[in-house]
Amino acid sequence: MQTDGRQTPTVVNELVTSRAHTADEPRAARKGLRVLAIEALGPLTVLGGIVWAFAQPYRVTFFYPDGKGFWDWAVQPPLLVVLVGLLFACLVAPGLVEDLDRPSPESGDDASG
Amino acid sequence: MMPRAEIAHWLFAGGFLFFGLVLLAEAIVGPAVFRQRAWRACLWPSLALLAGLWLWVITIFSTFSTLHLVAHSLWAQAATAAGAVQLAVVRGRLHSSYWSLVTSGALVVTGAAFLVHEQNGWLFARSAFLHHLIGWTLVVSAVFPLGAAFRPRRAVWAWGFAATWVAVAVMLFADRDVAPIFGHLSDLAGGAP
Repeated sequence: MQTDGRQTPTVVNELVTSRAHTADEPRAARKGLRVLAIEALGPLTVLGGIVWAFAQPYRVTFFYPDGKGFWDWAVQPPLLVVLVGLLFACLVAPGLVEDLDRPSPESGDDASG
Repeated sequence: MMPRAEIAHWLFAGGFLFFGLVLLAEAIVGPAVFRQRAWRACLWPSLALLAGLWLWVITIFSTFSTLHLVAHSLWAQAATAAGAVQLAVVRGRLHSSYWSLVTSGALVVTGAAFLVHEQNGWLFARSAFLHHLIGWTLVVSAVFPLGAAFRPRRAVWAWGFAATWVAVAVMLFADRDVAPIFGHLSDLAGGAP
């Protein structure tokens, strides 16, 4: 019997009952954690770059521009970390989350419940 | 107009950080989900190939010592070989998990080249320290693709491989052409007036 997406345990006799929780529940929880981890990777990297920029401002040319050449402006390590985090968050993470949410054929997941 | 060595190292650090994040993502979701899109499956082999290509460019310009030239060309060859083999694996041309041994060998060669071409001791300067540290990190991390060759189903290998590249990125970002390490800087390192 199916009520609001959860299976109600059916008593066959006092020793044999159906499972109170479906096997899909821990799987869904794991999937939720994976989505969270993928979505967090990019922002955490960006945060790491920002924290680094504040911790070592002399590694950001914008803060100490005197006497700096082309390459010092082009490559600023903390900003590079921010850029990498943004690239991952914008290019890789969205598609991965989409694919994680999509039911996989071999696991028998069904989005309609 | 030539960038300083530290600038080139930071650029590679940025690339390796992205590489590490991609590998971490694959470790989190598993290869089945990660490889659902063809471009994503080809991402890390392509990045390795690209790193190999860039290392050839560096090889051409880093002619200040024979040792550096040989080391950079060795890294270029190792990255190109590992990337090409992995690309063939994800495209279905190669099937055996033992092809992961190529990546393992590439890591050993790369790490050994780091260790051999650094002529100074650990505390000579920060760059010398990082050469030793990165070299040993890469040699030890060869165990991850080695494990993946023999026990391909264990997730620990993917996690370890991903963590290796994030760690290498952090080490490369810490590199400076002339800087002390734990308060040590040799007078021969070029920093003294």
